[in-house]
Amino acid sequence: MKIINLDHISSKPLIPEVKQAMIDAINNDYGNPSSQHRKGEQAAEALANARESVAGLLHANTPKEIVFTSGGTESVNHAIKGVAWANAEKGKHIITTNIEHNSVIRSCKRLKSQGFTITSVSVDNKGRVDPQDIAKAITDDTILVSVMHANNETGTLQPIEEIAKITREKKIIFHTDAVDSVGVMPFDVQKMGADLVSFAANTFYGPTGAGGLYIRRGTMIWPLLDGGVQEASKRGGTENLLGIIGMGVAADQARQHMNSRLVHLEKLKNKLVTELPNYIDEYIINTPLDHSLPNLVSVSVKYIEGESVMLMLDDEDIAVSTRSACATGSLRASHVLMSIGLDHADAQGTLVICYGVDNAEEDITKFLDALKNIVVTLRDISPLYNKTH
Amino acid sequence: MYSKTVMDHFRNPRNVGVIEDANGVGEVGNPLCGDMMTIYLKIKDDAIDDIKFQTFGCGSAIAVSSMLTEIAKGKPVSEAKNITNKDVANALEGLPKNKLHCSNLGADALQMAIKDYEARKEGKAPAEIKRKETHEHSPDGKCYCPYCDIEIQEEAPFCKACQSDLVEDHH
Repeated sequence: MKIINLDHISSKPLIPEVKQAMIDAINNDYGNPSSQHRKGEQAAEALANARESVAGLLHANTPKEIVFTSGGTESVNHAIKGVAWANAEKGKHIITTNIEHNSVIRSCKRLKSQGFTITSVSVDNKGRVDPQDIAKAITDDTILVSVMHANNETGTLQPIEEIAKITREKKIIFHTDAVDSVGVMPFDVQKMGADLVSFAANTFYGPTGAGGLYIRRGTMIWPLLDGGVQEASKRGGTENLLGIIGMGVAADQARQHMNSRLVHLEKLKNKLVTELPNYIDEYIINTPLDHSLPNLVSVSVKYIEGESVMLMLDDEDIAVSTRSACATGSLRASHVLMSIGLDHADAQGTLVICYGVDNAEEDITKFLDALKNIVVTLRDISPLYNKTH
Repeated sequence: MYSKTVMDHFRNPRNVGVIEDANGVGEVGNPLCGDMMTIYLKIKDDAIDDIKFQTFGCGSAIAVSSMLTEIAKGKPVSEAKNITNKDVANALEGLPKNKLHCSNLGADALQMAIKDYEARKEGKAPAEIKRKETHEHSPDGKCYCPYCDIEIQEEAPFCKACQSDLVEDHH
């Protein structure tokens, strides 16, 4: 049975071009890119090609500004800890926001226990940070500002360009976690102005376990992984060549098909948002539609809990993600949904619907049909619904 | 993640609904904790003649409610008083470790409903029962982080290894 994947935020499929490139790479039996014999040189060439493709996707000045990593989490850890360690003599203050991914939050928390101070700036009810709040938080001790580009729970986009203008003027390093936007929508590092950009291959239909960190030339940063001289001494360890080759092809495909993909995603988004009221009532759309990712809609369905909805949709061969506390390991309400002012009960009923190039309009219709019945079933059981109706 | 029995009770919950002329009602949890459960009892001749539930919560919370009603239905009140959350979890062939506290409220709701029944019978206000939120120690007396399983050395509000908060902030 084919499962309709509306959980692209968790995992995107490999597109055929990426699969083929990775199969070819396996059959090629590459050597170690650091070896000087021919097998090594062939591997180094494949690595260089992938780096060029990825640099092209981000509009980097030179492929040298791309460091390959094991994915978004490593990139974020590298950016934050690497900058903190390298600049600790200059200052020990870091500014971030309260809607970041756990990789940012926990990297900062770790640094806090090592003597750094962290300021976490609030967002408005649309999940947007005010660049002036960042400016106000800057002190003489500030060495790093880290603000995510697109939020993974609501799809909200942050004003990265405006924040970059502030940090550049103050000569403070600026990192953006763009793991959910790079490859989905245009991302030009020259225009955006960030010094460090974290991204992941799976976001643009490449393999998991491969990602990268854009490091603008001249940025003071230490490696996260100490070891050999790979990645221009910025990341020790033999490169994940198969994954990186896949990422290179995925980057080329993303660049070539960016416009047609965006048209398709906007069509699905419009269909979902405009038809939803024909199927269910009493819900909240958490995604600011004019300022968000093209491929994600967050909906809080009142009086019911998200994990139950997710499990019932799974029975109908539809995969979605939920931000209900019940579905997380920590069982805590989402910090992002709390930050935009949702109450606990509404946060519990939150679904994240994230679609991609492999979805058709028909998939949205099937989802809405299934959702309608599930909402009726669960509201029928719910004491919250029955108290208010 | 869930056992077959949990999924069966989640997909086909037994005894869902409200008993309009219930003579014992118990309600536990609040949306802050993630789960809410209401148990309705119709007690006749000191035995549970009918039992129904309403639940706002995850798959495991719904399965717990359903299983509890099956266990309790038909039992004399004196026997039903001995039903514990652990009995319900065992009947469901276990629940994920992190769900044992939050969603396993069924027996608490039942005990509250029985107290409510007894209070009504005696014309008193229903007594409040306190939920146990005990922090479980392993048989060797040591404490382990429920998230990363690393031994916790001291009473700390969070696990230094994985940085998870360990203090319950539920109300």
